[in-house]
Amino acid sequence: MIARLLICLCLIATPAVAVQPDEILDDPQLEERARVISEELRCLVCRNENIDESNADLARDLRILVRERLVEGDTNEQVLDFVVDRYGEYVLLRPTLTGSNLLLWIAGPLMLLMAIATAIFYTRSRATAPETDALSEDEKRRLDELLKD
Amino acid sequence: MITELGHFALILAFAVAVVQMVVPLAGAMTKRADWMAVAEPAATAQFLLTAFSFAALTYAFVVSDFSLQLVTLNSHTDKPMIYKITGVWGNHEGSMLLWVLILTLFGAMAAWFGGNLPPTLRARVLAVQSSIAVAFFAFIIFTSNPFWRLAIPPFNGQDLNPLLQDPGLAFHPPFLYLGYVGLSMSFSFAVAALMEGRVDAAWGRWVRPWTLTAWLFLTIGIALGSWWAYYELGWGGFWFWDPVENASFMPWLIAAALLHSAIVVEKREALKSWTILLAILAFGFSLIGAFIVRSGVLTSVHAFANDPERGVYLLIITGVFTGGALVLFAIRASAMEAKGVFGSVSRETGLIVNNILLAVSCFVVFVGTMWPLLADILWERKLSVGPPFFNQAFTPFMVLLALALPIGSLLPWKRGRLERVIPLLVPALILSIALAALAFAIQTGRSALGPIGVALGIWLIAGTVTELWQRAGKGGVRLQRLRGLPRADWGKAVAHSGLGITMFGVAALMAWELEDIRIAQIGDRFSVGIHDIELRDVRRERGPNYVTTKAEMGVFRNGREVAVLYPEKRFYPVANMPTTEAAIKNGILRDVYLVIGDPQQNGGWAVRTYIKPFANWIWAGSIIMALGGALSLSDRRHRVAAGARRIAAPDNAVPAE
Repeated sequence: MIARLLICLCLIATPAVAVQPDEILDDPQLEERARVISEELRCLVCRNENIDESNADLARDLRILVRERLVEGDTNEQVLDFVVDRYGEYVLLRPTLTGSNLLLWIAGPLMLLMAIATAIFYTRSRATAPETDALSEDEKRRLDELLKD
Repeated sequence: MITELGHFALILAFAVAVVQMVVPLAGAMTKRADWMAVAEPAATAQFLLTAFSFAALTYAFVVSDFSLQLVTLNSHTDKPMIYKITGVWGNHEGSMLLWVLILTLFGAMAAWFGGNLPPTLRARVLAVQSSIAVAFFAFIIFTSNPFWRLAIPPFNGQDLNPLLQDPGLAFHPPFLYLGYVGLSMSFSFAVAALMEGRVDAAWGRWVRPWTLTAWLFLTIGIALGSWWAYYELGWGGFWFWDPVENASFMPWLIAAALLHSAIVVEKREALKSWTILLAILAFGFSLIGAFIVRSGVLTSVHAFANDPERGVYLLIITGVFTGGALVLFAIRASAMEAKGVFGSVSRETGLIVNNILLAVSCFVVFVGTMWPLLADILWERKLSVGPPFFNQAFTPFMVLLALALPIGSLLPWKRGRLERVIPLLVPALILSIALAALAFAIQTGRSALGPIGVALGIWLIAGTVTELWQRAGKGGVRLQRLRGLPRADWGKAVAHSGLGITMFGVAALMAWELEDIRIAQIGDRFSVGIHDIELRDVRRERGPNYVTTKAEMGVFRNGREVAVLYPEKRFYPVANMPTTEAAIKNGILRDVYLVIGDPQQNGGWAVRTYIKPFANWIWAGSIIMALGGALSLSDRRHRVAAGARRIAAPDNAVPAE
């Protein structure tokens, strides 16, 4: 947490920042799509950056590859599939909704439902519970003393 | 000599911690007042010894004593003095020492201000607190000793990582640690209460200030880290969903939940076992965070010296404390009998909704962070979980939280009616929808994120105003009544508004950012949005321990020059590392963010321009949240020692209501 030390070995290799001017496509719509795709792809040699933010040579190669595929006329999905076929699903920053990953995606909503069910059960019991008063006189005095402003 | 004294003080503090862990606990069990009384002087001694040890290490850094391995690895004589000092915690060993220093400070504060705690509870709290200290003292002394000497000291050091040579880094870790470690107090109180077998309103009142303190420091720490990333990393990202960031975010979410559930314990004597569980989990996540950062099991941009041996030790600490507390919880939680009765529509349920959303969103972050590890171990799938996942899976919970917040905070305790509360919020609702629609109309064809952010931000702030107005009652004396509201109420209003500001800032920045990447020749002028940028000059200069390529760039709006900025690209020869120093023109409505890149082969320079709308609102909102916490903390009723000394307050000017 102290810092994002070592912004990759990448930085040492080529001291430049991310997307280079010569990579940018002339067609602004295609370029926009390239940026959207880039945010989904991980720089494989970096620690935790997408290829848009990374300075590694590999990230540059991937950025150019993505743009080449787009110019060829691929859809966004086809480009992503193309990259995954060659580099494996490790390259995807948004895990696919397949197999065991389903668990990852439904974990939050499932937990929410369980929590709501528990909460409803609890509030029901609270709404009907008799008001108990189990403090002894001594404890009450102590409590009043503490709660006093 | 001073180094050896510091080393010795550290070992002595370890010994004192062992005594403080054992004797008061035994005293509390056998009801021996003299044994219990050991805890206070021991807590003070432990703190003073650790403080001395820390001072000794700092001294070694200040005088550049390269016979210390740690100083050699992380310092250099040419480094500016402030970074020599902050370099003490810019590394694993030193930051661990800072960690225990803060841990013992909290223990000592519990001893100093805990005069009104029942003696057995106090003895147990201090003993549990000290047991955490024992674990970390042992960790430092046996695996990460900062006082290691070199047989042959070199002439000069290897310098601190240049990215860490920044004022932001001077304050980011201490605040973060104050937050992480502050949660140890809530943990100690929870475990002590489980040992005692009772939790009551008074317990809730003691725990809340500690949690609030930890939470507000954590808020500042996270905000500082995010702000630092924004200006230092060269593309203006402010949050990366990196495992290490998540490690600080998870305790923050749980601490926020704990803060709110402790109110229910204090005011209504309900949600007791849940609150205890949250207190255990909050510190548990702090420990998991320490493990994530320092073990290297998850790939993160933040790389501390990663060492499997340390990782195993930290995993054991995490397991023993969290697991042990949870076992104790499982055995004793049934003893926590709830008292307060409330209807299904009430402030209590509002706070339960808050707790559910915060806890579940923390769970999402946790699962997402650990998933690559789990998938690898269980299914041998090598995969990544990055920002696109978190943005998609986490954000809905925050939207729900923001939607529910004004409604919940307007509901009365015990039993409320939605049909009374909702009409009060109609003006806030109309205002937020109207402004969101306006934003939507202006932006044309961009994502819906911006307008949603506007709506949520306005909804939160207007909801807060509605609540204050409501609290002020009817009639002409409203303003007077507002001034008379307790500070805790003001704190709540301020903190909730801060949340609204941060949410708005995040959404606005992500939705409306502009970017321009181009090759510019010297003298070129180009426009980005409503601004014109001119590259005037690029020159090479020398800094104290670096060389730099510095550009001079003019920023124009409507043909008028509004700023001259100097983005830099530095190279630190000792560390053999380049850094990008963006130049930023800060503004309330937008930041202009300039970065100078490489010289191009056929002349000219790569230049990046980012227009970051409302960027500063993100951190301003966070600081406002923390201020709200501080305001609430300053409420007389919450003072740690409230009730202990019942001196008639001399300031009779405060109207007694």
